[in-house]
Amino acid sequence: MLSVEGLRHTFGEGGGQVVALDGVSFTLMPGQALAIFGPNGAGKTTLLKVLAGLIRPQAGSVQVTGGRRAIGWIGHQSHLYEHLTVRENLLFWASLYGVPAARRGPRAAEVLGRLGMRDRADRPVWSLSRGLAQRAAIAKALIHDPSVLLLDEPFTGLDLAAAAELRALLGELRGGGGGAAGRVVVLATHNVDEGVELATDVAFQRHGRFVHFAPRGGREPAGIAEAYRRAVTDG
Amino acid sequence: MDELFAQAWTVARKDLLLEFRTRTAIVSTVVFTALVLTVFNFGRDPTAVPTIDLAPTILWVTFTFAAMLALNRAFQLELENQALEGLLVSPLNRTSLYWGKLIANLVFVAVVEAVGLPLFVLFFDVPVGRVLVPLIGVIALATLGFVAVGTLFSALVIRTRFAELLLVVILLPFLVPPLIGAVQITAQLLGGRPLSEAVGYFKLLAAYDIVFVSLASFLFRFTVDE
Ligand SMILES: Nc1ncnc2c1ncn2[C@@H]1O[C@H](COP(=O)(O)OP(=O)(O)OP(=O)(O)O)[C@@H](O)[C@H]1O
Ligand SMILES: [Mg+2]
Repeated sequence: MLSVEGLRHTFGEGGGQVVALDGVSFTLMPGQALAIFGPNGAGKTTLLKVLAGLIRPQAGSVQVTGGRRAIGWIGHQSHLYEHLTVRENLLFWASLYGVPAARRGPRAAEVLGRLGMRDRADRPVWSLSRGLAQRAAIAKALIHDPSVLLLDEPFTGLDLAAAAELRALLGELRGGGGGAAGRVVVLATHNVDEGVELATDVAFQRHGRFVHFAPRGGREPAGIAEAYRRAVTDG
Repeated sequence: MDELFAQAWTVARKDLLLEFRTRTAIVSTVVFTALVLTVFNFGRDPTAVPTIDLAPTILWVTFTFAAMLALNRAFQLELENQALEGLLVSPLNRTSLYWGKLIANLVFVAVVEAVGLPLFVLFFDVPVGRVLVPLIGVIALATLGFVAVGTLFSALVIRTRFAELLLVVILLPFLVPPLIGAVQITAQLLGGRPLSEAVGYFKLLAAYDIVFVSLASFLFRFTVDE
């Protein structure tokens, strides 16, 4: 479970002060995927960094069942060491996240296979194209089988096929259908088309606030995109 | 406790593997050390000041600056793709991160010193044969102190501009006590004095190490978390 209450965070002082988070509260259970849509500067990344524990919010609280170990976070940066191979990176992070030594190798192979990277496993990260590096970053975030996934623009740099693959993978990870427990997924993007399929809940963020927050229900992607366009353009 | 050491070792092994892959930092530091010793070798007048009086200072000035180069690199490599951010959100204990960096830095500096010491003996023709074991003991003790404090400070300055310069400026004052001890002991050893005369300075070095390794292990968490 992931639960936040009354989050508020600002950057800077006085006239130059920016409100990045303003009164954000929600609770997500396993099997729920929240898609947060917002324009540049809306505070999406700040929110995900707060959820990941990288930024301590000025007000409000965050609760994650399982703590740091339970979180998989894909941010704007890959956290990969360029001069290590993809596999060496994965084994390093697996070890830090407490994956037992005997499980690390098989787990790395499994995640790489799932992301279509098996034949790139032993290449240094610096030699990867942007899209492949993004896939490696996703593999890194999944290596310890996190139960809470925080994804900040995860489709950046992926081609159409890879993006569709990732959507399918995220849907599978979210699970929750047919009685399975599933995972909590939070996905932030400025592109409605990219994230809406997977979402069970939808939020529009603007100037740090959730100006809209509701279950997706039976709404069509086109309808949500239209509502989003109106929400971020009016007044 | 086992978990703390295991995590520290994971970090250290990763740093050493990275160093082994690129080799740029270690090679340039070794070359730097060789160059400094060469410059000192030719830039002095052996008829004016006896070599034996200058040699200890030269050895320690060289090792101090070589250690600075190593320390600058320790957290620099975590800025690549913001890996540091990844470390901070992971369950990695902050003390383990410090120890991991400390171990990797010690190995790095030890390699440089292992190349530097024979060059020093060769250039300055100092009699180390009989005092080799205590000399290595001084080097080990002083290096541990340098690197323990330096690792803490290198984390402190990493997000600032001119981190390299700032590190040298804030670190050097803290290195004065072990530097004095190391130079004194080295001078006594090379001068053929009995080992018993150096005991006081050995104690100083050991006390410095104990105090600063403990203090830095405790304070480190306040440097990396914003
Ligand atoms: N470290 C920082 N220091 C100062 N201001 C910041 C910092 N981080 C974010 N901001 C500001 O906070 C606001 C929200 O930024 P944030 O990165 O969370 O937006 P975002 O929704 O992720 O935007 P984008 O779609 O461009 O990634 C912006 O106005 C940004 O300039
Ligand atoms: Mg962002």
